[in-house]
Amino acid sequence: MAITVPRTARRRPPRNTGIQLGLVPSLAFIMPALVLFAVLIMYPMGAALSYSFYGWQGTARDGFVGFANYVTLLTQQPYADQLWRGFSHNLLLFAGAFVFQNSLGLGIALLLHRRQRTKRLFQTMFTLPYLVSPMVIGYLWSLMLSPLFGPVNAILRGVGLESLALPWLGDPALAIWMVVLVSGWQWIGFPILLYGAAIGGIPVELDEAASLDGATALTRLRYITLPMLVPTMGIVTVLTFIGAMEAMAIPFALGGSSGSPAGSTDVMMLLFYRTAFESGNPNSIGVSSALATVLFLFILGISVGITRVMRRAERRLS
Amino acid sequence: MTVVDTSPSTAPVRPPEPGGDRRRTRTKQSGHWMPRLLVNVLLWGYAVVAVGPLVLMVNNALRTQQQIAAEPLGLPFPISFTSFQEAWVTASFDTYFTNSIVVTVTSVALSTFVSLMAAYAFARTRVRGLRSIEGLFLAGLMLPVHLAVLPLFFMLDQLGMTSNIVSLILVYTALGIPFSTFVLAVFFRQLPQELEEAARLDGAGPFRAFWSIMVPLVRPALATVVVFRFVPVWNDFFYPLILMRDRDSYTLPVGLTRFFGEYSTDWPQLFAGLTIATLPLVVVFLLATRQIISGLTSGMSK
Repeated sequence: MAITVPRTARRRPPRNTGIQLGLVPSLAFIMPALVLFAVLIMYPMGAALSYSFYGWQGTARDGFVGFANYVTLLTQQPYADQLWRGFSHNLLLFAGAFVFQNSLGLGIALLLHRRQRTKRLFQTMFTLPYLVSPMVIGYLWSLMLSPLFGPVNAILRGVGLESLALPWLGDPALAIWMVVLVSGWQWIGFPILLYGAAIGGIPVELDEAASLDGATALTRLRYITLPMLVPTMGIVTVLTFIGAMEAMAIPFALGGSSGSPAGSTDVMMLLFYRTAFESGNPNSIGVSSALATVLFLFILGISVGITRVMRRAERRLS
Repeated sequence: MTVVDTSPSTAPVRPPEPGGDRRRTRTKQSGHWMPRLLVNVLLWGYAVVAVGPLVLMVNNALRTQQQIAAEPLGLPFPISFTSFQEAWVTASFDTYFTNSIVVTVTSVALSTFVSLMAAYAFARTRVRGLRSIEGLFLAGLMLPVHLAVLPLFFMLDQLGMTSNIVSLILVYTALGIPFSTFVLAVFFRQLPQELEEAARLDGAGPFRAFWSIMVPLVRPALATVVVFRFVPVWNDFFYPLILMRDRDSYTLPVGLTRFFGEYSTDWPQLFAGLTIATLPLVVVFLLATRQIISGLTSGMSK
């Protein structure tokens, strides 16, 4: 690549002037997308940041208040407590999904790799929940886990585990774990596909050579397959992190917008929603914009951080 | 919790189970029955866990309240479609469904079209400065853009466009641009320039060359983009929850939130509502399984 690039770069300009687009046609092609993107995404992002530095009376802007909204968010009740509670639940969601994906997801991808005929069938089945709306998944599980008529408890009673037929979503100590499990269940199709593709991309020669040298299956997994999967793990981890931090539909379906029971299924996006649209605070715009900005910077920072760490790990392994 | 606890020990431990290296090579050739059975049990077992709840959803939508109360896990005999009828008519799923279809189809088509043009320009432009615009679009792939919903809401509110599905269509169109331009620009860059050259020499303008020569060539990428935008737009509940304040403008996922509040005791109808919200996706999935799987994993081999 490093050798070919300068050569083509030298040769290209005179050859392509005939079809390369000049400024006016380029802009004409880009303009519709650019206008939509600027008006509906860039402008609101900038505005959200600026909103957080102003005081608000309803929808009327009061005056510049500096970081006062951030101070309110981090120190005043109920925001401060709910922020940490929601944040810890988001972290739990991420941790749960991470464990789920890199154990069961990776394991299934490794097992599927050796299958010829049934691979596509299993991939389709395992990916199905991932494609269904998280709202549908959340409500479906709220019915599944319902204490009296719910199929989960019916199965437990049916096999004689009467004592395990618990009020899964009614008990504050259990409810958040149900959110973690349901989210993990829904997301697992994604790593199965990604890991599957990455394993398929590993040159067979590597495995064969190691095998001829007497490496056991476990050794090959540890020293060939897993190191080659590190970049994919990085991608899966970053996307899972973003998904876990932005989770809203499944907690909303399982516990409503207040994270019931007793705030045990509350997450940051629900707090944002409540602060912006359901709180009586006249300054709700200021505080919720501060929350959005904090969340935004946190997600961005950690995603970049994870990508960096994974890149370094990749370099060390190769 | 139990699943999370047991899975790490089963999955990574599995490969060494057959024992030393000698036996491992033999399994590969003749197929040792024990590990193969274990693998099958694990895969089919998880298949039940993955698909079971969805099968149950359709199954229970086809039964009556009494049947579900008596036997939570029974089969739909005699089969009953009344719950679908009720959800469709009395719980206004006809409105939600129409809105969902209109919003999804229009926004995906629009977003694909504007991205197609932008991606072509990114791939074929002479102007260096446009790289930064491409970078800007790419940034939209990673950023949690929906945290900017509040200003969006006020902007649309001032224009009197909340509760109007046109605003929802425009928002989804804009949201689709980063992903669509990214995929399509990669494809355009891989296409040889000679075809366009020939067309341009024959007197076609840039737009004609783009539309008649290039667009037909990126059709596989177009399919990926369309399928990949269809799924999240169809499933999204966040934007309609905030931007659509009127029941007549709800899409299916938001319609479900109201529906579950009001009909919380009519189980067959709840299952029927969930099934209606899922069915079009299953159709898309079955029509485009290959696109979905290759699309999700595109770029992985690089």
